[in-house]
Amino acid sequence: MGKITLEQVSKSFGEVRVIPPLDLTIEDGEFAVFVGPSGCGKSTLLRLIAGLEDVTGGTIRIDGKDATEVPPAKRGLAMVFQSYALYPHMTVRKNIAFPLRMAKLPQAEIDRRVAGAAQVLNLTDYLDRRPGQLSGGQRQRVAIGRAIVREPAAFLFDEPLSNLDAALRVGMRLEISELHKRLKTTMIYVTHDQVEAMTMADKIVVLRAGHIEQVGSPLDLYRSPRNLFVAGFIGSPRMNFIEGPEAARHGARTIGIRPEHIAVSADEGPWSGVVGVSEHLGSDTFFHIHDTGLAETITVRAGGEVGFNHGDRVRLTPREDQVHRFDEKGLRIA
Amino acid sequence: MARAVTPRRKALTTALAWAIGFLIFFPILWTILTSFKTEAEAIASPPKFLFFDWTLENYGVVQDRSNYMRFLWNSVIIAGGSTLLGILVAVPAAWSMAFVPSRRTKDILMWMLSTKMLPAVGVLYPIYLIFIKLGLLDTRIGLIVVLMLINLPIIVWMLYTYFREIPGEILEAARMDGASLRDEILYVLTPMAVPGIASTILLNFILAWNEAFWTLNLTAANAGPLTAFIASYSSPEGLFFAKLSAASTMAIAPILILGWFSQKQLVRGLTFGAVK
Repeated sequence: MGKITLEQVSKSFGEVRVIPPLDLTIEDGEFAVFVGPSGCGKSTLLRLIAGLEDVTGGTIRIDGKDATEVPPAKRGLAMVFQSYALYPHMTVRKNIAFPLRMAKLPQAEIDRRVAGAAQVLNLTDYLDRRPGQLSGGQRQRVAIGRAIVREPAAFLFDEPLSNLDAALRVGMRLEISELHKRLKTTMIYVTHDQVEAMTMADKIVVLRAGHIEQVGSPLDLYRSPRNLFVAGFIGSPRMNFIEGPEAARHGARTIGIRPEHIAVSADEGPWSGVVGVSEHLGSDTFFHIHDTGLAETITVRAGGEVGFNHGDRVRLTPREDQVHRFDEKGLRIA
Repeated sequence: MARAVTPRRKALTTALAWAIGFLIFFPILWTILTSFKTEAEAIASPPKFLFFDWTLENYGVVQDRSNYMRFLWNSVIIAGGSTLLGILVAVPAAWSMAFVPSRRTKDILMWMLSTKMLPAVGVLYPIYLIFIKLGLLDTRIGLIVVLMLINLPIIVWMLYTYFREIPGEILEAARMDGASLRDEILYVLTPMAVPGIASTILLNFILAWNEAFWTLNLTAANAGPLTAFIASYSSPEGLFFAKLSAASTMAIAPILILGWFSQKQLVRGLTFGAVK
């Protein structure tokens, strides 16, 4: 069981307030992702939950019990670090067994659990190697193995994939999601990559400067971002923001429209502009349109087969039902 | 672009390195050579380098006159004991300074080092009086404690430097894995710092072995180590050069041999962090 509740939790380093008091609940079995630009306090928040940093104020509850003053070793949480943080002087077997050894489990039980974890993570052939002899992906698996053998109340991941190359990252993303489906244990995952957040999370917590900007499911955040920051942060490529008369026509200070909700054609549509850079991904093409009179650049997503050349004049049609409206404070107008 | 190393340049630098090495080693070599001379040849002018009557007589005399083994044993106990005790005190101290530094950590380190700037003789009188009061004069335990305290700043500094090289995340991982502070230091930090700890032990052992000021001033007949053994052969009167050299050779031989076998470790330890 691993329900984690933060009540008015705050953190300051000296005079600098990194996290103003915030409340947050992560339900048992939930996959929660903390996402935000670097320096938004997401890692600090995770370390507060882990107990690696002391809170300045507030209460952290794990399964309803006050864990604020409990040392990390006693919180029953497992953590996977960005650098993997494997013990370089121990074999893979000993690395995975370490938390069990610390828990003083009988040797037979340790062996059984290590073998189980190794099998799940395809590490059986590497048990007698040292971390230095493993590839990045394998090291990552050992770090995960070390976390799962303990059967913790919750897993904490601190940007675990950012040291892996792109192909491996996609693979590990799936593996971690798979693991969550099978174990049904609470997971808190910190990343700056909104694609990871969107694909893995049950619940995304968007942070900026220590503040929670919005909490919701990936589709909630995509469909109804609460403010301009979330609207701009979630979704790739970024949402187009338009101010001025066009926004006023919608009764808003700013309107936002995602690239995938604008149709592009040679001669039809209310907006017009000139094609700048085109990015061809094969399946999709992103056109960056200039001289629209709406914003500096409007990004449009079209099918892979659509082809316009640099300098072509095109016309754009936004889907009216997908226009997001924001007031002068940047908040969503319902 | 890599600098071209011509065979000529290589031969030149090699010769230079040997020359400097020889220069540094010369006093020790001369001591060893002198120990095989007769007293008359030891002070011969011009000095005789290799062509003299080699004799083992001095070693015999030295062994007859004083009990070398007892001094050697005292040296081993005092150098070993103070090193061991120092490591036990310094590992937790360096751990806390390296991994949970406070705003004053740098100052504390500097303050510890500053005690090494004080001339030892400045505190001889108070320490002597304390030793008399505690009955520690001429005891091995007394010397172990004093040498430990004297070398402690160096041990702490060295360990601190090594520990700083260990990524903090690994220790945090240990904490998350349920390790107590003791487990963390014992099973994770210490094994990872073994090369650093080993060279610290080695250097400290050598320093304690060679320490002469306190060992000479605080010992008499019972606890005197090899430094006292050598000193007993220096005398303002009489011809004692060859015997003094024999005594010196016997005193430095163990540490020289130890240093020879552990030089790789020692060099690695002393340059750790600087060239990584």
